[in-house]
Amino acid sequence: MNYDVLLDVRGLSCPMPLVKTKQELTKVQSGTIIKVIATDKGSMKDFKGWADIDKSVELLQQSVEKDENGKEIYVHYVKKR
Amino acid sequence: MNNEALKFDSVNLVNSLSIQVEDLKKQLDNLKDQLSEIIAQKNKVAIVVFSGDLDRVIASMIIATGAASFGKEVSVFFTFWGINAIRTKRKLKNKKWHQVMFSLLNPKSYSALPVSKMNFFGIGAKMLKMMMKEKNVNTLEDLIKIAKDLGVKFIACEMSKDVLGIEDEELLEGVESGGVAYFLSHSLNSAMTIFI
Repeated sequence: MNYDVLLDVRGLSCPMPLVKTKQELTKVQSGTIIKVIATDKGSMKDFKGWADIDKSVELLQQSVEKDENGKEIYVHYVKKR
Repeated sequence: MNNEALKFDSVNLVNSLSIQVEDLKKQLDNLKDQLSEIIAQKNKVAIVVFSGDLDRVIASMIIATGAASFGKEVSVFFTFWGINAIRTKRKLKNKKWHQVMFSLLNPKSYSALPVSKMNFFGIGAKMLKMMMKEKNVNTLEDLIKIAKDLGVKFIACEMSKDVLGIEDEELLEGVESGGVAYFLSHSLNSAMTIFI
């Protein structure tokens, strides 16, 4: 999937993946797609809940992937409305 | 029916219709006002921090930063022991003796808050901080800074400050003060209020 901005929040835990993404979103223009990479497992549900409530953001896709060391990472694609 | 009567009738009809339309317009405006009020309310969150325990204060700051990230306007009211959570230093000058005692018995800043359980004279708090660091959870200091960056409003209870003899210079910069009415005006206009 294409994206405009890559945001690496690996190592950060709740609520930082959300906070950092929100801060990034306020900097970019509407329509911008941000790819967020997190190691916080809770971010999967967090991002879903966030997109449900906050109408300024659209959650395009989420997936669980493995990094180069075989550790699970959680990838989110969000778009600023 | 002659022409005159017909004309009179239609004029009457137009008049009554235009009155009804005006009435509907007014009702619609009223509804619009109410709706925008409801929408504004849904966009606010109020939090009361009564506790001065590290674990509880951290929970309050995580909720505050989370809600701010959701795009909500968040106000946090610090009252009673909660005042310790926004205290940056201890000042003993100009205090009465019992306020000095109280001040000495309370943590001198938010970096020295105890935990609500298993504090063991501060060892518990230190351990919790260590465990949180291991898991990359932000410290209270970080969370407070992030909350302020996100525009979370901090309000200190005027009465608690007064009773404990705490002055503005002992508190975090940019903290407002207010009474119960100020809190209620926020809380009653919020979608939710949390008491911690």
